[in-house]
Amino acid sequence: MHPIIKLLIQRIALGLLLLWAASVMIFVGTEILPGDVASAVLGQGATEQALANMRARMGLDEPAVTRYFSWLFNAIQGDFGVALSNGRDISTAISQRLGNTLFLAAVAAAISVPLAIFLGLLAVRYRDRWPDRLISGVTLTAISLPEFLLGYIVMYVVGVQLGWFPTVSNINAGMSFGQKLNAVALPATVLTLVVLAHMMRMTRAAILNVMQSAYVETAELKGLRRFTIIARHAMPNAIAPIVNVVMLNLAYLVVGVVVIEVVFVYPGMGQYLVDHVQKRDVAVVQACGLIFAAVYIGLNLVADVVSILSNPRLRYPK
Amino acid sequence: MQDRLNYYLNQTLRGRMDRRAFIGRAGALGVTAAAANMMWTKAAQAQGPRKGGHLMIGLQGGESTNSLDPALAASQVPFSYLRTTGDTLVNISPSGEIVPRLAEEVSASADAQTWTFKIRAGVEFHNGQTMTAEDVAQTLRRHSNEDSQSGALGIMRGVADIRVDGDTVVLTTTTPNADLPYLLADYHLVIQPNGGFDDPTAGIFTGPYRWVTDEPGVRHVMERFANHWDDSVGHFDSVEMLVINDATARNSALQSGQVQVINRVEPRVAGLLARAGNVSVQSSAGRGHYVFIMHCNTAPFDNNDVRMALKHAIDREDMLDKILRGYGSIGNDMPINSAYPLFDDAIPQRTFDPDLARFHFQRSGHDGPIVLRTSEVAFPGAVDAAQLFQESAATAGIPIEIIREPGDGYWSEVWNAQPFCASYWGGRPVQDQMYSTAYYSGADWNDTRFFNDRFDGLLIEARAELDLTRRKALYSEMGTIVRDEGGLICPMFNDFIDAHNDQVMGWESNPNGEMMNGFAAVHMWQA
Repeated sequence: MHPIIKLLIQRIALGLLLLWAASVMIFVGTEILPGDVASAVLGQGATEQALANMRARMGLDEPAVTRYFSWLFNAIQGDFGVALSNGRDISTAISQRLGNTLFLAAVAAAISVPLAIFLGLLAVRYRDRWPDRLISGVTLTAISLPEFLLGYIVMYVVGVQLGWFPTVSNINAGMSFGQKLNAVALPATVLTLVVLAHMMRMTRAAILNVMQSAYVETAELKGLRRFTIIARHAMPNAIAPIVNVVMLNLAYLVVGVVVIEVVFVYPGMGQYLVDHVQKRDVAVVQACGLIFAAVYIGLNLVADVVSILSNPRLRYPK
Repeated sequence: MQDRLNYYLNQTLRGRMDRRAFIGRAGALGVTAAAANMMWTKAAQAQGPRKGGHLMIGLQGGESTNSLDPALAASQVPFSYLRTTGDTLVNISPSGEIVPRLAEEVSASADAQTWTFKIRAGVEFHNGQTMTAEDVAQTLRRHSNEDSQSGALGIMRGVADIRVDGDTVVLTTTTPNADLPYLLADYHLVIQPNGGFDDPTAGIFTGPYRWVTDEPGVRHVMERFANHWDDSVGHFDSVEMLVINDATARNSALQSGQVQVINRVEPRVAGLLARAGNVSVQSSAGRGHYVFIMHCNTAPFDNNDVRMALKHAIDREDMLDKILRGYGSIGNDMPINSAYPLFDDAIPQRTFDPDLARFHFQRSGHDGPIVLRTSEVAFPGAVDAAQLFQESAATAGIPIEIIREPGDGYWSEVWNAQPFCASYWGGRPVQDQMYSTAYYSGADWNDTRFFNDRFDGLLIEARAELDLTRRKALYSEMGTIVRDEGGLICPMFNDFIDAHNDQVMGWESNPNGEMMNGFAAVHMWQA
């Protein structure tokens, strides 16, 4: 078998194993949270009788191991069951929420990834001169501010004072693509600011590292323009660490945006998960956890594979 | 003077002043209340509610776990949408009177134990079906069923029998209850076809708006129901409720005009928000209150001297000022205030008195710190309030040790479980219900573990008493017992603070609940 295919299979198998381990941890984690589903659902106004009825209806009186395996078996078939708290089908709800989250992540990524790499290249080109300092200064300031503060600043200036974009990013199925883009303009901007610095700095560092090499000197002696050297010769050799950090940030855009979703009232996965954690809705929390874990593991898998493929030394292991 | 009057009228119409405030101001200018009332009505009618428009409301208190089943409603968004799409048998007016809705007439037997509700004819459900007395009875049965998970189970428990007699529904209570109609105004008890037994989450009601889109935790869209029985309500073509749980996001959505009405304005920003030109902040005195509760049967709180020491060691004015920024009123260690009918304002106000507190504390013989548990979910500002309490108690020589509990699980692990903690109550429409919910010996939520035979006896007696003077005296004595012997420290009653912009009008504050008791979309109209 071709070593690359073998490698891919190994990696995917490892990913699945990790995913299974994650599912166990998610389940155990939700089990040891204080409080139980019934009292969280019924709130302060619950009577003992109502609580007992609720527990019986939800099957909370069965042992944890039984509940775990019956859930896992259904989840593998794509059926996450119904939410304990409101009886809605989880798969339907999640597909819509996940779609929204992916849309926002895609918009933010479409802006931030090219921008970060371009700015990184620019920073290397003008290393230690004012463009480099300006780019680093601005992006590092943005990443140093807490996301919600950045969100409020953007909301106040662009949304309330200038009135360019809506401050509430509510999107629904009835909206056109343009309307959706308009609605997510502010959160996408904030997310771009949040992830830009990490990717930009990594691009800059990786390329600077390569720039010390002898072949770059050769290219310089050949008389190539400095930007061409960076883009054509240095960049391909710096691709592995850059892809790694890009994937890490993409994963963040999907699984870590709960704060931004709350600030801009965006109907994504993060908000959905938080609501159900508060209600101890184990079924939904597990489904969300599993999807987040899958996204994280999947994107890291891609990063691994890309860095292996881009590096001949890893491509043909001894 | 005429200019001033016109200015006040204009303010009233824009919703910045309610009818009562207008009459008060007009009175100051020498206009009699009757004349002022007439002027107000005339001006309001001249302007008149206009039909049409799309109302956008931004609300805190919605989760993706919300359901259309009225039995399961517990937070602010379901409260608002049930009020908007459903009807109850009766409503409670802002001044505390019973307003007939789906019940045309309400009458009681002389012993206040049998209640007859004449059901309005010609009321249509959103699915076209005509509402019958049987639907009403079934709805009440579902909520009083022990198997139901209804939030109204507690208030329906006193109902022994529900039966249909022609176009009337007859309720028999286990003990005489003069307040029964008030209980039936509860927002869980919106009438559903066959009581919702077939499909509780269908969203089929009789209200002025009917469901279009329901995305729990995101948005809820409703449109005007053309065949609604009452033309005087429901003026918008459509209503959209956006769930905006973040306070800052809610304020900016109102300021940028994306929504026209919001709930739960934080006291510390209410003043700033009111300064924005097009926004009116509406503060309504309600019955909700913030509390510190002690278990009367657990040491050291089983000693009334310890309880009295703590009650005298809290600085209520300071707390009202710092925690609520004045958007509220001070409490008197009983769960009742002037927003309740039959409130006795002659009961003396308890004040901060370090010397008296020290006296009681020393007499109790208790030594060592007193543990107070708090959390930010107990009520807004509960952690700060606990610290203020700690400081004021320290001046009386009472050491309080604060334990900050996580918000998750607070209502199951701490409240009603630990002997001394911070909490809140939303208030109830009548005194009887508040007392029987939390202070009666056998109450489900007796969160102060208060067992007092004299108090229980008075409660039962007052419930059956149809003579109002006598009843008021009974309630006064009960209030005094709780104040002087109970485990409740009530520093303050909080106002509901909502806000709307000048694209809508018709605001009327209602002490029964936030957002005009949930009826903002039902009674307001487009400017």
